[in-house]
Amino acid sequence: MTPTPSVPKISVRALRKSFGRKRVLDGVDIDCASGESLVIIGGSGTGKSVLVKCILGLLHPEAGSIRIDGVETVGLPRGAREQLMQKFGMLFQGSALFDSLSVWENVAFGLVRGRGMERPAAREIALTKLASVGLGPEVSLLRTAELSGGMQKRVALARAIAAEPEIVFFDEPTTGLDPIMADVINDLIVKCAREVGTTAVSITHDMVSARKIADRIAMLHQGRIVWCGPTAEIDHSGNPYVDQFINGRADGPIKMQVRAA
Amino acid sequence: MLRFLAAVGAAFLTFLAATGRLAMFAGMSLATAFTPPFYPGVMLREMVNIGYFSLPVVGLTAVFTGMVLALQSYTGFSRFSAEGAVATVVVLSVTRELGPVISGLMVAGRVGAAIAAEIGTMRVTDQIDALTTLSTDPLRYLVLPRLLAGVITLPMLVLVADIIGVFGGYLVGVYKLGFNPQAYLNGTWQRLETIDVVSGLVKAAVFGFIVALMGCYQGYHSRGGAEGVGRATTHAVVSASILILLVDYLITAAFFSR
Repeated sequence: MTPTPSVPKISVRALRKSFGRKRVLDGVDIDCASGESLVIIGGSGTGKSVLVKCILGLLHPEAGSIRIDGVETVGLPRGAREQLMQKFGMLFQGSALFDSLSVWENVAFGLVRGRGMERPAAREIALTKLASVGLGPEVSLLRTAELSGGMQKRVALARAIAAEPEIVFFDEPTTGLDPIMADVINDLIVKCAREVGTTAVSITHDMVSARKIADRIAMLHQGRIVWCGPTAEIDHSGNPYVDQFINGRADGPIKMQVRAA
Repeated sequence: MLRFLAAVGAAFLTFLAATGRLAMFAGMSLATAFTPPFYPGVMLREMVNIGYFSLPVVGLTAVFTGMVLALQSYTGFSRFSAEGAVATVVVLSVTRELGPVISGLMVAGRVGAAIAAEIGTMRVTDQIDALTTLSTDPLRYLVLPRLLAGVITLPMLVLVADIIGVFGGYLVGVYKLGFNPQAYLNGTWQRLETIDVVSGLVKAAVFGFIVALMGCYQGYHSRGGAEGVGRATTHAVVSASILILLVDYLITAAFFSR
């Protein structure tokens, strides 16, 4: 189905998700337009990853609606979910590379296993994608355990975009990287979103990264979106939660939990 | 009294819920066998892991089991002058019971733990979620090949264990207890029936399924980092071992109860 321009690529309404008695998402409403780069910010444990995993179908929300190209995806049958997954790519926080496979096999995995492509053709694409993230063919035969953290992130990014998905999710893409490598990853995300036209949803608490890659920023706090607007307006949001977060102040309406709830 | 009954009831309900979850997991995994894509390469790799690499431990266990069995049978039977039955006792015990059970327990320790640790690590490092995002069903890719490999490979292992176990008994019977080699072999073959071997192989197939299922199930549902993976590994081995002994009785009763 070809979406009409007015239909958001991703539309989330009244999304609720709890773990035991802890409510993590408490009525999240957010849209993301086709080709847009949306960054969700928020403190640790505010449910950013849970929100993305609900959209991906890795977690099942208790209530609410998630529409992709206008089609409801909550409660989708297994087969239809597998089809829907072909629209998605995901860069996991810890890279989540398969340590039993070589670098190129990781990048080509979705093409070979998920889409039935022949291995030689998939290998060619994998090498192209590795080159696009700045990794040469000499890296392709290495095991993932032999790579540095920054290289693992780049391999994971190459894997996320290998099948040219319509929507790519980035979970803390720059966490644990030095500033230079973080900027390399940011550039790659910008290239992916702005030049290729992919819809990008990133979650981060790295404001340097957020300012660089986002068209629009949304802030998640206590299970709800408390502010959402263009990146240029974040310094003048007038929202005390956003102000405290982007300025990294301990004092303010956000009280950090010392103990897990 | 009411509190006691409530506790018993709660424990029973927990047991039923756990059994239901395990059955659902097994059913959903097996259901993926009827639709493509299939992963024969992954299954072959698992067959090598489960079968070929378990040969040394299963072979060693089998040979010593056969040797001990011959020695124990001889010392016991000599009390009522029935030493001639040693060869028959060894072959029936090994093929019907000890071959499959000891192989099953050894494989549960070696392979069940390895499966739980591998899949558990994949779970806690988001690799299973990554499979899903790459349009690959984890049950189809990770679980089904291991279940099938367990069912196919363990009977082969047990057949080898049977031969090695009987050979162990022969070594002790002939070279330590002084049996005539031909008489020992006659005693081995004359009383052995097809059902003795077949029942052992059926047990082996079921044990292979149990070992792979418990390894996959515990690994798939592991939580909480390295500690969670360690717990999953322990649970996989313990639960598979208990189930093997329980199911062993049920299959024996089904085959040999009169």
